[in-house]
Amino acid sequence: MAVIEVKNLRKSYGEVKALKGISFDVKQNEIFGLIGPDGAGKSTLIRILNSLILSDEGHVSVMGKDPNKQYQYIRNHIGYMPGRFSLYEDLSVKENLEFFATIFGTTIKKSYNLIKDIYQQIEPFNDRKAGALSGGMKQKLALCSALIHYPKVLFLDEPTTGVDPVSRKEFWQIIKGLHQHNITIIVSTPYMDEADLCDRVALMNDGEILRIDTPQNVASSLGKTLYALETNEGNYKLIKALREYPYMDSVFPFGEKLHYTDQRENDISSELNSYLKDKGFSKISIERIASNTEDVFIRLMNNQKQ
Amino acid sequence: MFDRLKGIIKKEFYHIFRDQRTLLILFGIPIVQIVLFGFAISNEIKNVKIAVLDLSKDEHSTQITDKVLSTSYFDLDSYLTTFDEIDDGFQKGRIKAALVFPPKFGETLRKENKADVQIISDATDPNTGTQIGSYLQLQVQQYLMEQELKITSMPPPALINTEVEMRYNPELKSVYMFVPGLITIILMLVCTMMTSIAITREKETGTMEVLLASPMHASIILLGKVIPYLLLSFVNASFIIALGKFIFEVPVMGSYALLIGEIILYCLVVLALGIFVSTVAETQQLALMISLFALFLPTMLLSGFIFPIENMPLPLQIVSKIVPATYFNIIIKSIMLKGATLSFILKETLILVGIFFLLMGVSIKRFKIRLE
Repeated sequence: MAVIEVKNLRKSYGEVKALKGISFDVKQNEIFGLIGPDGAGKSTLIRILNSLILSDEGHVSVMGKDPNKQYQYIRNHIGYMPGRFSLYEDLSVKENLEFFATIFGTTIKKSYNLIKDIYQQIEPFNDRKAGALSGGMKQKLALCSALIHYPKVLFLDEPTTGVDPVSRKEFWQIIKGLHQHNITIIVSTPYMDEADLCDRVALMNDGEILRIDTPQNVASSLGKTLYALETNEGNYKLIKALREYPYMDSVFPFGEKLHYTDQRENDISSELNSYLKDKGFSKISIERIASNTEDVFIRLMNNQKQ
Repeated sequence: MFDRLKGIIKKEFYHIFRDQRTLLILFGIPIVQIVLFGFAISNEIKNVKIAVLDLSKDEHSTQITDKVLSTSYFDLDSYLTTFDEIDDGFQKGRIKAALVFPPKFGETLRKENKADVQIISDATDPNTGTQIGSYLQLQVQQYLMEQELKITSMPPPALINTEVEMRYNPELKSVYMFVPGLITIILMLVCTMMTSIAITREKETGTMEVLLASPMHASIILLGKVIPYLLLSFVNASFIIALGKFIFEVPVMGSYALLIGEIILYCLVVLALGIFVSTVAETQQLALMISLFALFLPTMLLSGFIFPIENMPLPLQIVSKIVPATYFNIIIKSIMLKGATLSFILKETLILVGIFFLLMGVSIKRFKIRLE
């Protein structure tokens, strides 16, 4: 049975349509990723699911309850970590945890089994004020607080935004580790590479869900052969040249390289190479590569705009 | 449920005791205000510098001058010889009043049984000016009466002897007014401003979002905010009363139990007001502005603390009627200075109870259990 069911959900803030009729299900014990840029509607969606915002239209069910009406039940059984650090900066690590334990009617001791892997990492700083912690530590503390009452569903709103790469990796290991405790996790992120760490992802942009699938299926769903191009002349000139190429399907910068798709199906590496040589590029590397989530996302986003 | 309340109260105390600005407002302001009002700002007539322009220099004029200067109210600045010197004295701020005897003062008095004395008082501060004037007048009249008695050993037939008794504050001490007034003001400041800021701060830092997503009922969140400030306000009020009693000798004539009860009632009212402000304001800054300008100033100016309500124009009188402090001012003055019992201040007490329930009802209704 689905833990979360959403059908045709709509939400507007005045003229701005934050969610334009989205539908999806989240299964028990899943790590479900909401992937999309800022303003896609991820936070709004999470806040509707955890009963902090009322939806305008559509059917929403969380653990079988309607967040608009039975919010008391939902609030008792969810853990929520907002996008912004929302603990008390003038309270120490321990005081924060104790406070959240008390308001959920539990104690650190009772929940120790669930949070110990995370808590042990911040326990050395027990007496330090939360405001003086590093970004990664803050997120670990916030996660501990969100888990303190053994929630059935955990909402993490951009938990890794503004966190250094090492801490990001650690944080995802922690999320993966929560699997064994029977917790369903909804996590939002603007980082496309984090999609691969979820069980299933929903690609969101501009209030719509562009695709829902496993990260593997999403990544391979480009439907085109993808080429990575590199030259010593600089990407700007290369993009300009490629845009003038009549068979060009799409081209966009990806890290140091350019990702390119062609309108023709067959291998066009050599043709492309000679075209670029004519344009005056001397050193060109063209490589066929497997597509990833970001390639698919950009393609879907461009289709959405048209 | 009780544990949750205890948890949130404990957390609130951490906030209060770790923030120096909060502590300063809580305990610094009462001390500064009471010292300012108690020592520095005083309406009393005491050692007022006066100048005497005696153009007659006879027996009567010197005796009147001696009499005036023998009181503790007036000190002699100088004897003048011309009228111009009076202006000079006022302008230089040396004197607050001048006493002028015209030429042949004693002679006229003897012959016509009537003479003029001029009293010039500096009315740039109208209250003090009038007060100095009437004090001086009183001295002159007393002198005449004494003279009359000396000569005829009988009071003049048509003289009505008015005896004014300054009841409840015989020495007309201004601290009698300031101590109860200060309690009103400071409780207002502490309760309303601090609670509204404490709640809006949680909205601003985002912690309110986490509190709302928890299963805690709105009333527990609010109660947890209110109780710490109720306790602290009570400490504050006791502190001011004690300061008043032991340093400024302001008595508490009525029962302490009643006084405590009424103080708690008033605290609850202004706390409810603070919660109400926090449901209107989204930011700490706005909460502070509302507390200061929309609440603190009217309380200070319109509650009868500084200006008597009867003298205000009608619109302001109406405003003063909805300021809770107006009623508490009457209550606390009645208890402290007049020794009133509950039956005398029942009406005001009931009005405060009414305001409390109204504000609480509206606030709980307005308090959002969601983010929008």
